[in-house]
Amino acid sequence: MDETNAFEVNRRKLMAGSAALATLNLPSGVEAQALDEEAPRVVVTFTINGHLQRLQLDTRVTLLDALREHLHLTGTKKGCDHGHCGACTVLANGIRINACLSLAVMHDSDEITTIEGLGRPGALHPMQAAFIEYDAFQCGYCTPGQICSAVALVDEVKRGVPSHATGDLTAPMTLSNVELRERMSGNICRCGAYSNIADAVSKVAGEML
Amino acid sequence: MKPFSYEQAASPAAAAAAVASRPGAKFIAGGTNLLDLMKFQIETPTHLVDVRRLDLNRIEDTSDGGLRIGALVTNTELASHPRVKRDYGVVSRAIVAGATGQLRNKATTAGNLLQRNRCPYFYETDLPCNKRRPGSGCSAIGGVSRSLAVIGTSQHCIAQNPGDMAVALRVLDATVETVRPDGTTRAIPIGDFHLLPGESPEIEHPLVPGELVTAVSLPKPPGGTHHYHKVRDRASYAFAIVSVAAVLQKDGSGRVAFGSVAPRPWRIEAAEALLPRGPAAVVETAFAGARPTPENAFKIPLAERTLALVVAEGRA
Repeated sequence: MDETNAFEVNRRKLMAGSAALATLNLPSGVEAQALDEEAPRVVVTFTINGHLQRLQLDTRVTLLDALREHLHLTGTKKGCDHGHCGACTVLANGIRINACLSLAVMHDSDEITTIEGLGRPGALHPMQAAFIEYDAFQCGYCTPGQICSAVALVDEVKRGVPSHATGDLTAPMTLSNVELRERMSGNICRCGAYSNIADAVSKVAGEML
Repeated sequence: MKPFSYEQAASPAAAAAAVASRPGAKFIAGGTNLLDLMKFQIETPTHLVDVRRLDLNRIEDTSDGGLRIGALVTNTELASHPRVKRDYGVVSRAIVAGATGQLRNKATTAGNLLQRNRCPYFYETDLPCNKRRPGSGCSAIGGVSRSLAVIGTSQHCIAQNPGDMAVALRVLDATVETVRPDGTTRAIPIGDFHLLPGESPEIEHPLVPGELVTAVSLPKPPGGTHHYHKVRDRASYAFAIVSVAAVLQKDGSGRVAFGSVAPRPWRIEAAEALLPRGPAAVVETAFAGARPTPENAFKIPLAERTLALVVAEGRA
């Protein structure tokens, strides 16, 4: 688990203290779920960012919560928890998915890549470097999902996956600004950094396609 | 979410038997709709049978020149398949008009067909809804109904089928193949697959408990030009207000189905036969007997204009 240490942020330790006080105000459903030791549990074995992990989990645990709460890989963010915002986007066997709408137990033997697995400080993935170069974020909360989504969409274009913005379905695909924005519509940025995100993705896509 | 036990199915027939033998059991594949509803406790299965790893994920040519799509083929795989893009473009177009890249990567062909409705009151668990709590009443009638159905409704439910892919499958005369818990199989025409609400809005399809969709078959390609036009409140990632799926031929004839206007993809063959006479004639017949609310009556003229756009696109 040494891989998470470089990403350990002080804010999280601060939040942990605050959370102890906040538990009194937890919605009843959340509290019941956390305390329900009778709920069925299963063992899941999967590869996360190249490391084999074995977890015993409540069947209800989503891939997102397994990553964040059980493996402490907090780069993947929980926004809406309903597939609307894309903050939880990760790669499962190279395919981008919403980790919030996927049960961890259904990923047994899968290979998952999160933002922590794409690149490291000092050895950034080109998409991570481009987001910094183009100032493609403000608060940064949506950024890990945006980057994972962008990496995967370049691969989707290579594989001939069409989008709503595609003209001729059978012609070779290109990644215009309109195409790129349509393909990224599952990643919401409430700061509105879209223009710079599009510039960052365009730069990397131009090099990879 | 309520607690549930979990198993992976070994075969389609075993999966069907597993769900049939346990009250409260459900299939799960992509899970994008089911898990969302489980988080709201609108769906509360006590046992999940995971069918994701069954051998139902292939797209194959059929002997009559058609295509057989495995139930577990993802929306992305289906929209990207070379033959689908070439011969059944309306399916590719409809799929990529819906959801997001992330969701289409997980959502399956069968799951998409079986998605629940998106009526705001279905999601509002404090209010009556005959789909969610049979017999409790319909909050949408007299409520906020802008997005809901204008035809095919009943006094018990006015929810629309929100799907895109299903509308395309309807114009292609697709067939839904299933296996029942006793191991027998059957083929259901897509036009019979989504039921109108009538007296029992909670029954949305003709499947018996445990019956598993295994494939969707398409007849040989219909030729012509393929169109899917979706009108929605924002340019991407939104359900349709009105959609039109069409396959148009050079002689002016064609097939047309409307989406998000009824509890099922709305195709009236007698209406599409009027295509040579223009969109107004088609819509007048297709929507004869419609019972819109004051909030969603606009959908009928919008359907005509959307069809006019599609017809112009076909001529271009």
